[in-house]
Amino acid sequence: MDLFAEGAKGQNARTLFRAVILCFIAAAAISSRLFSVILDPWFNFRATKYLVANGFYQFWDWFDDRTWHPLGRVTGGTLYPGLMVTSGIIYHALRAVSIPVDIRNICVLLAPAFSGLTAFASYILTNEMVTSPSAGLLAAIFMGIAPGYISRSVAGSYDNEAIAIFLLVITYAMWIKALKQGSMLYGALCALFYGYMVASWGGYAFITNLISLHAFVLLAMGRFSSRLYVSYTTWYALGTLASMQIPFVGFLPVKTSEHMPALGVFGLLQLVGFIEYLNFAVPGRRWFFYGCLFGSVLLGFFGLVALTASGVIAPWSGRFYSLWDTGYAKIHIPIIASVSEHQPTAWPAFFFDLNMLIWLFPAGVYFCYKQLKDEHVFVVVYALTASYFAGVMVRLMLTLTPIICVSAAIAVSKMLDTYLDMDSPDPDDYPMEEAPESSKKKKPFEEKEEKPVGIFGLISKGIVVGGMTVYLLLFVLHCTWVTSNAYSSPSVVLASRMPDGSQHIIDDYREAYQWLRQNTREDAKIMAWWDYGYQIGGMADRPTLVDNNTWNNTHIATVGKAMSSREEVSYPIMRQHEVDYVLIVFGGLLGYSGDDINKFLWMVRIAEGIWPDEVKERDFFTPRGEYRVDAGATDTMKNSLMYKMSYYNYNSLFPPGQAQDRVRGVKLPEQGPTLNTVEEAFTSENWIIRIYKVKDLDNVGRDHASAVAFEKGHKKKKQTSKRGPRSLRVE
Amino acid sequence: MAAKKTATSSATAIPGSGGATPARSSTPTPATMTAKASKSSGSSPNDMVQKVIKYYINTTGPRTNLIDVFLVFLVVNGAVQFLYCIIAGNYPFNAFLAGFCATVGQFVLTASLRIQTQEANKNDFPSVSPERAFADYVVCSLILHFFCVNFIN
Repeated sequence: MDLFAEGAKGQNARTLFRAVILCFIAAAAISSRLFSVILDPWFNFRATKYLVANGFYQFWDWFDDRTWHPLGRVTGGTLYPGLMVTSGIIYHALRAVSIPVDIRNICVLLAPAFSGLTAFASYILTNEMVTSPSAGLLAAIFMGIAPGYISRSVAGSYDNEAIAIFLLVITYAMWIKALKQGSMLYGALCALFYGYMVASWGGYAFITNLISLHAFVLLAMGRFSSRLYVSYTTWYALGTLASMQIPFVGFLPVKTSEHMPALGVFGLLQLVGFIEYLNFAVPGRRWFFYGCLFGSVLLGFFGLVALTASGVIAPWSGRFYSLWDTGYAKIHIPIIASVSEHQPTAWPAFFFDLNMLIWLFPAGVYFCYKQLKDEHVFVVVYALTASYFAGVMVRLMLTLTPIICVSAAIAVSKMLDTYLDMDSPDPDDYPMEEAPESSKKKKPFEEKEEKPVGIFGLISKGIVVGGMTVYLLLFVLHCTWVTSNAYSSPSVVLASRMPDGSQHIIDDYREAYQWLRQNTREDAKIMAWWDYGYQIGGMADRPTLVDNNTWNNTHIATVGKAMSSREEVSYPIMRQHEVDYVLIVFGGLLGYSGDDINKFLWMVRIAEGIWPDEVKERDFFTPRGEYRVDAGATDTMKNSLMYKMSYYNYNSLFPPGQAQDRVRGVKLPEQGPTLNTVEEAFTSENWIIRIYKVKDLDNVGRDHASAVAFEKGHKKKKQTSKRGPRSLRVE
Repeated sequence: MAAKKTATSSATAIPGSGGATPARSSTPTPATMTAKASKSSGSSPNDMVQKVIKYYINTTGPRTNLIDVFLVFLVVNGAVQFLYCIIAGNYPFNAFLAGFCATVGQFVLTASLRIQTQEANKNDFPSVSPERAFADYVVCSLILHFFCVNFIN
């Protein structure tokens, strides 16, 4: 890359080359996300369609009565509208220039398009860190193809993160620009992008706190400068106002503890600025002033504590605590801990998502630490905090990826710049002992000057450059492999391999949703675990009780209780919530491990959080502490609605006594469970989705159990002949 | 900023020196004079305030005075709003917040403008000329007030 620029004479040619390369990188970033195109997050798509159809103001006031039955959801006021508004604007802009395009296509291609912009943003950010332009280009290409970011931005992954990462990087780039130049304009730009980010993703708190942490670290290092004052105060004043425009955020920036550090640093900067002025006016009183400063900081801190204690400012939320104590969420807020994205990251995930970048990352941070100008402090602070958070939650890997790309690019470009330099340096130019006294006198946190480094032998150059090239090529191979294999399979369609190696598509989800769409009433309420709420709402177009927007813990716990209790307990709950159908996911036949029996313990835990007397997690374990579904399962387990619905009629697939659960790898008891209050309505081809209809009250006022017993007594023969052993349909 | 009254009397001072930063390299002569004076004299708070006023009069130009008057006005304005909020309650919280944020935001923007236009801070802002600073100031103020008007309900 750099060679081309080197070969071309003149500044213009280099700029042109850079622009062309950036375009290629953006194109590569976009095309590498097009392996498979299936729209996934259904809720955002539904919201966007609503926005396009009804206009902005209607969207703002949108009350959605088709989710969270019977509560409904004030959707307009409880979502981050950035994503939908962005695609709405693009849609109308394309219409205006008379390119008629379907809103669905925009939604599908939005994430790849923004990933191209992210590559450009990381180019800007990296260029602020180092003088070598090759680092920026490397950062752009890393950002473009790093699997850690691709995982959230493949075509069709129409999610908030799709645009949020671009906004994250560009906000930081603008912040660094503002800080370096002390420019109000860049501060304002930073605030505008920050406002856009707030409109798009709940992760904006990371920006708020990281920028204020950076400013605070600079203050603590004794690096207050008027540039810092100008850039920070401009950003904070405008950015806070911008963030309060979003209804969902509203007064949070002045009322919650998460936003207080930014406010605190803002106040601190005013004080320090004023004191610096006084210091200048009356020299010799420095310690007195700093004493005053310390006193007022203490005063402010205690004021904050008092305000928090009196309830004016909301204390730190549970989500925040769960970042510091990974066990906290499991005990206090199981709903957060139950989300698979919120689990602590496994070590291989780092290598899987970032490959060689992960070991280049510390090197890049080291180079930044060596120079340690204001902007390098930012890299160090960002690297430290983001690495910690990425270790705590899988999902936050996303925020770590940009800084890893930036610092890895710094490391690689530093190396290549050193080793690709064709003319060997003259040893006489650099005497070994270069003024040791002056270097010793330097304060620990002063900016350091670089000594020139040169490599002499051609062989060593060749080996290092060759090795680096091989690594870079391997990285590209790895990224392509990961993207095509791991991140391009949407969750609704499962792909598996047949014994002969051909691909086999398992399409049970769509089959079941299509069934719901065609065979149930328009307003039939579907009860399912919240994981499937958005999909049911989007693909089957039926009202649901709970969905992936987990805003009401009690309501989710109600569903959990209905699933984990005995039928006699569950039935009244389902009647009260007007449930018509119950949908569960069962992977026992196919060996699909993400099914409801495996998620079942979370339902139990969440229900236990609200009704500790009625649902007990302990009852679902055997006395030896095992979670079993076979003959040794506990009675509570065997009688729970979820268990019964999962294994109902499952025996009929197998010869007597041979029924086997292929996920748990156990043999099931010969006698399958009986269901009284619900009846099987639909089971998909591979039994992944099973839908049950909730029975109406009995005509003659019997309870369901006796009604079923009565019916069985009369129709025993008919029952068996009607439902013979079911054979697995194989294509 | 205790300079509201003295603003007119300082027209003869060296224009545009001093400022809110520790840019020691370009300390003008009046500052060094006060520096010497401060070591010899006593250290009562009264003295110190007088010294600050003296320093201010000596080092601040008329344009900067204008900015400072505006800053003082903003501080008073913000304080009044805050007092009102405490005494009379914050009922239209949107309105209070918008008004208060407008005041605070305008204050920091004006302070930034003041910093950027000082001769002594030239080294800190190599890429920001006073004209550029003023243009930035106007743009930022427009954004600020747009948001405030939108927020005020």
